[in-house]
Amino acid sequence: MSGGHDTKPNGASARGRLERRLQLVLPVAVLVAGIAIWYLIVRTNELPPYILPGPGAVFATLIEDWPILWQSLAVTLTTTLQGFLAAAIGGVALALLFSRSRWLEYSLFPYAVVLQVTPVIAIAPLLLIYLPQQLAVVACAWIVAFFPVLSNTMLGLNSVDRNLAGLFKLYRASGFQTLRYLRLPAALPYILGGLRIAGGLSLIGAVVAEIAAGAAGAGSGLAYRIAESGYRLNIPRMFAALLLLSIAGIVIYALLALASHLMLRRWHESALGKD
Amino acid sequence: METDTHHSKADADAAVSLRGITKIYESGVAALGPFDLDVRRGEFVSLLGPSGCGKSTALRIIAGLMAQTSGEVCVVAQASVNPVRQSIGFVFQEPTLMPWASVRDNVGLPLQLARMSRDEANAKINQVLSQVDLSEFAEVYPRELSGGMKMRVSLARALVTDPEILLMDEPFAALDEITRFRLNNDLLDLWRKLRKTVIFVTHSVFESVYLSERVVVMTQRPGRIGEEFQINAPLTRSEDFRTSAEYAAQCRNVSVALARASGERPGR
Repeated sequence: MSGGHDTKPNGASARGRLERRLQLVLPVAVLVAGIAIWYLIVRTNELPPYILPGPGAVFATLIEDWPILWQSLAVTLTTTLQGFLAAAIGGVALALLFSRSRWLEYSLFPYAVVLQVTPVIAIAPLLLIYLPQQLAVVACAWIVAFFPVLSNTMLGLNSVDRNLAGLFKLYRASGFQTLRYLRLPAALPYILGGLRIAGGLSLIGAVVAEIAAGAAGAGSGLAYRIAESGYRLNIPRMFAALLLLSIAGIVIYALLALASHLMLRRWHESALGKD
Repeated sequence: METDTHHSKADADAAVSLRGITKIYESGVAALGPFDLDVRRGEFVSLLGPSGCGKSTALRIIAGLMAQTSGEVCVVAQASVNPVRQSIGFVFQEPTLMPWASVRDNVGLPLQLARMSRDEANAKINQVLSQVDLSEFAEVYPRELSGGMKMRVSLARALVTDPEILLMDEPFAALDEITRFRLNNDLLDLWRKLRKTVIFVTHSVFESVYLSERVVVMTQRPGRIGEEFQINAPLTRSEDFRTSAEYAAQCRNVSVALARASGERPGR
């Protein structure tokens, strides 16, 4: 946005503004319409709250149960954050190790793929047996989230301009210098793309693990609240917890997208204006 | 082949000498040679040839970016003991700038890699940026520059270590003609001022004749030396030279030689 530079009211910028407004207005309109339809269905069919609570009931529950829900949200978010950090550090570090040693890459990469393609919901109960609960939950978040970081970082580290690499060679750059000044910056957009995916995935991993833990009768995260509310037929609270999870996911994504934009805006195509 | 009687090629005078260089790629394609070349200190030589004749390969071998299959490369290293002072500067066909770094950091890269102190490096960067007329653009990022300006940054980066030898691989090929002419003149100014040895790879007859003291015409792959031309031109060339009969005649001679080297029938 360039304040004070509207000296040329051309069609392009007006259209751009319209488009930006539409991007905001349309999803909100869909949301409002969805809530209205939901309300009407509950109202016209006179559904009881233990079958389908109306939007008002869910909202009221959200306020009423806020102390419990907030605590659970904090637990889930902590797990997510731990899983995300482990995935970010683990994924990048593993990619760096692989880039140093082909042997290591050939030996371990297939197992990274195996971990990725095995459904985490199937692994979670086992992890809960062998690890302390909190560690098991974080491990699940990590398993789901680390792969996109790993594969994107590997791709990025190998996407260095050939001539730039030649230049570093010409000036006798050390391996560390080439990594620090060439390969990591070149890989940064890829790494950030991987992290953006990993943010949402670590929330999913945390929730899956909490549900598995909840099935074992322990836990305090939001997913556990959902499972527990289901047993007690407290459907409005299930909806309220679900709503919080969605919001948490959206906020995580938005924060990571913002961080990525701020880091790349000076130079990378993805963060530049489209004009 | 014309013999050069004017300058004796005593070893002390040579900046680069190649003896029987060949390059055969892993695929079995013979790209170059055997190829011999002697370049005097301070000389401006163009390697001219059809595309795919191995002229870029020759340049990369001189720079040490690629290993030759056989033959000997001798690049006279600077007598200086200052490790920052690099004997070779290289300019690629593309500007090859780091998009995440400012012009200053791009130009200063060779100094940074040599672990020169920030202050000392900045002084050198400022000096070389003023040589290529980019002083006001030090803090700008490459994407904000035009193609010609990016090329100047690339040239500044090659010059910042004050190299003895400047290797240029079709540096202006992707630029429009007006920009190219301007950069040609700027390069000549710099060369006159700094007296670097320049080996300039190009596929443009006009560019090679305009810029060089000597044009080496290379044959079709595997590239060898076809003919050599000593260019007669005033030391300070200008747009007048571009339109002179002298220039046209030399371009014609070189063109004919290039056609011969490319395997076309002469006299067309």
